[in-house]
Amino acid sequence: MSELEIIIGLEVHIQLTNLETKLFCRCGNHYRGKEPNSLVCPICLGYPGSLPVLNRKAVEFATRLALALNCEINEEFFFFRKNYFYPDLPKGFQISQYNKAGGKAFADGGYIEIKIGSQPKKISLNRIHLEEDPARMIHQGSIASSPYSLVDYNRSGVALIEIVSEPDLRSPEEAREYLNQLKSIIQYTGIADLDLEGSCRVDANVSLKGHPRSEVKNITSFKEVERALKWEIQRHKNVLKRGKELVQETRHWDDTRRLTISLRTKEFEKDYRYFPEEDLVPIVLEQSFIQQVKDDLPEMPTERKKRFQKDYDLPEFNAEILVIDKNIADFFEETVNSNDDFTSADFNQICNWLMGDISRWLNENNTNITQTQLTPELLSELVILINQGKITGKIAKTFIDAMMSGESPKKLIKKTGKQRISDEKVIRKIVKEVIENNQDIVKDYIRNPKAIQALIGKCMAKTKGQADPKITRDIMKEELEKSLQ
Amino acid sequence: MAYELIEKIRNNELKIEDIIVHTFSKIEETEDNLHSFVHLSKEKALNKAQILDKKYAKGESIGKLYGLPIAIKDCICVKNSPTTCCSKILKGYHPPYNATVVERLLEQNNAICVGRTNMDEFAMGSSTENSCYGPTYNPWDNKYVPGGSSGGSGAAVASGQVILSLGSDTGGSVRCPAAYCGVVGLKPTYGRNSRYGLVSYANSLEQIGPITRCVKDNALLMEIMAGKDPLDSTSAVVTVDNYIAHLEDSIKGKTVAIPKEYFGEGINISVKQKVNDAIEILKDLNIKTIDVSLPHLEYTIPTYYLLAMSEASSNLERFDGLLYGKITPEQKTNVFKVFKKTRGEGFGTEVKRRIILGTYALSAGYYDMFYMKALKVRTLIKNDFQKVFKKADVIVCPTMPTTAFKIGELIDDPLQMYLMDILTCPVNIAGLPAISIPCGFDEKKLPIGFQIIGNYWEEQIILNIAYQLEQQLQLYKKLPEIGKRRR
Ligand SMILES: [Zn+2]
Repeated sequence: MSELEIIIGLEVHIQLTNLETKLFCRCGNHYRGKEPNSLVCPICLGYPGSLPVLNRKAVEFATRLALALNCEINEEFFFFRKNYFYPDLPKGFQISQYNKAGGKAFADGGYIEIKIGSQPKKISLNRIHLEEDPARMIHQGSIASSPYSLVDYNRSGVALIEIVSEPDLRSPEEAREYLNQLKSIIQYTGIADLDLEGSCRVDANVSLKGHPRSEVKNITSFKEVERALKWEIQRHKNVLKRGKELVQETRHWDDTRRLTISLRTKEFEKDYRYFPEEDLVPIVLEQSFIQQVKDDLPEMPTERKKRFQKDYDLPEFNAEILVIDKNIADFFEETVNSNDDFTSADFNQICNWLMGDISRWLNENNTNITQTQLTPELLSELVILINQGKITGKIAKTFIDAMMSGESPKKLIKKTGKQRISDEKVIRKIVKEVIENNQDIVKDYIRNPKAIQALIGKCMAKTKGQADPKITRDIMKEELEKSLQ
Repeated sequence: MAYELIEKIRNNELKIEDIIVHTFSKIEETEDNLHSFVHLSKEKALNKAQILDKKYAKGESIGKLYGLPIAIKDCICVKNSPTTCCSKILKGYHPPYNATVVERLLEQNNAICVGRTNMDEFAMGSSTENSCYGPTYNPWDNKYVPGGSSGGSGAAVASGQVILSLGSDTGGSVRCPAAYCGVVGLKPTYGRNSRYGLVSYANSLEQIGPITRCVKDNALLMEIMAGKDPLDSTSAVVTVDNYIAHLEDSIKGKTVAIPKEYFGEGINISVKQKVNDAIEILKDLNIKTIDVSLPHLEYTIPTYYLLAMSEASSNLERFDGLLYGKITPEQKTNVFKVFKKTRGEGFGTEVKRRIILGTYALSAGYYDMFYMKALKVRTLIKNDFQKVFKKADVIVCPTMPTTAFKIGELIDDPLQMYLMDILTCPVNIAGLPAISIPCGFDEKKLPIGFQIIGNYWEEQIILNIAYQLEQQLQLYKKLPEIGKRRR
């Protein structure tokens, strides 16, 4: 059986975490770490007689995102009610937008450009819309076995934006790339910090070409998406391999067991009875308002990439990776601008440190650069020390861990005693020892000149990485030639 | 009347406390025969009266309402006091906040709330029989209903228990009891008064409105209540006129439209007669009349009920017993069973009927056929009215097709009951303001209501015309005799 084409569309819900208040009331928006049910009022608790009032800042944020995603904004629209019973929904309906029944999304169309290998690919968007978050349910262990459900209404009424893609994604990897780019754009617009726990949720529509699709709900982080998609696609393939038929259904991603569970099939789809929310008047966005938001829109990653290539002589590939995380890109710019003497070689070196060792450290520690004690001044100091020949790149690498906690490279030289060895006599002595003790490698070298690397490595190990790599290589070559004559 | 009482307080002829004491003795004397109230707050009211008397004696300002007693319909939130919509599902509920109109009347202008008035559960009804506390009786004859859904407010004012009250009007719920009880009831333009704190039944149709003995008192309450509220997005930024100052304006030369459909089949002869007599009085005051047509009248009942029930089905979803009101706890059950039991036990028959019909109308596959079609007819009805208002200042017609019916007469015939709203609900569908004032009695000595419908935001004109007519009729001076007979 030939491989069937994979078709994926994503519905991403993001909280507008950078708002000060909720979408329809004035309760505080920053609920994380707050005592449960302390950020509530009659409106977000859905008390009888209370009415919603739209947060204008949320509309501005949605406009920013719509512009950043190249969407077409609907200048006039109204909200809908999505009706269903659940303990997390105090009104019995969610105020949302709807693009059927005479309704309109906040904005239609748009796209996100991703790279597949080195090939650019445009992923089309269907629409984005504004809606309110339900309350947060807390269980003891899994929802099925918990003897109780607790409801924290602090989250009830927090503003969400839903971003719906077209089914343009062809693999879990493309989905990951798409989410990375989306996250980057959102970070640049300043509307949300998606590193906050629970700030994004994804529903994925998955199918193999020509077969019914399933909708996987409740993927609670971007990182889980790729995993859930891989699992679900494999499930589809397995069903077909066994000669069975797939059915259109809604499935739930269980992130502890890491598998999807069927929730309901098509004939049991919920009927949300969408209809207009008459408690809110139709929203009209003036052209002047949209223009103002456009004028105030911060630089987006694509433009920044181009500027980095031009202003700092970075190769396209590097510039692209560097700008993805706005914090890293900001850090880069601050570092390069901290010293007037830095040249394009230094810019590239700074870029490499940020993309390489520092990003790796951030990943391993699951944090972002603003959460660390590393400063542009410290990184700048490190680069200057390397340039001055005080330390080697190898030594510098060993400093990164301590620098992330705010230690200065100068102090680290003193503390560890590590510095560059450039004295030819010292290095020649070590080289000779290495040649003497590793005659088998030397023999190998006659047939395979690449074996020199192994010998240089031995020197580095002996000096704990302090020997200047260039000088060591030159002397090693000299001594090898001598010993073979 | 409120104005006379205010004058007496200002002249130190009366103390606020005396008025409140008198009000409660009147309530105690008559309540057995009326059942206008479902909660009374005597102690709170007396306390506030004493405080206000002291303040006034010291020369401090006590607002525009001088401690006058007011009765408030049970679906308008009053902070920390029972607000149950006369439904079992909200028994014991005390809202943590005031409705905006309550804030304006009670907090900013010192009216004193004496109690909460009876109503059809969640304002669903035209007779006040659908209350979990039992019906209210018409003050003119206790075998008859007071109208609904604000029947408690209508009866409390008509009987002289209070002179001021608030109702809410979704399809006629202020004007119907005003007509059946022989008092003045105004349904403002949609967006004129804040709905914040009014428990929603059909939110695109309803407004809070005053029910009073005379037009001037009605204008007084409207002046205080009306105007933009930042807490209600649908409340409009439209200037609130000085209603009272314009009551004495001459109405000479005003054009009054008479829609033939509103005097057609199904309208009781005596009602027609008295309304026509009132039109003759207006003619004597030099108004012009023109005959007009509002052709879509026959579609108003289905349109109104489709919209109202659809909205109700969603508005009433929040009553699940989790956060407030009645809950039916059960051990080791799931939450959906709790919802079902709470709602099953908490809602009355009429409420359930409307929730089920509304849910059906909004369901997938039926939405276009019902809800969308109702929205389209709504536009046609609005257009009908706008055509008339190009030629006329106001429209006049009966408020109700008949006078009050007997308690129990229509309770098992919901369709017949729905038809009672035929002359009032077009106004809600279009969002227009309208007032009902008494224009006489039928052969059973039951009051007849005269309805004046204005164009958007023109409360001032309808109040002006209503006042001029009232001055000619002088009916507000007539009170029903309510003995101490047990009901
Ligand atoms: Zn709130």
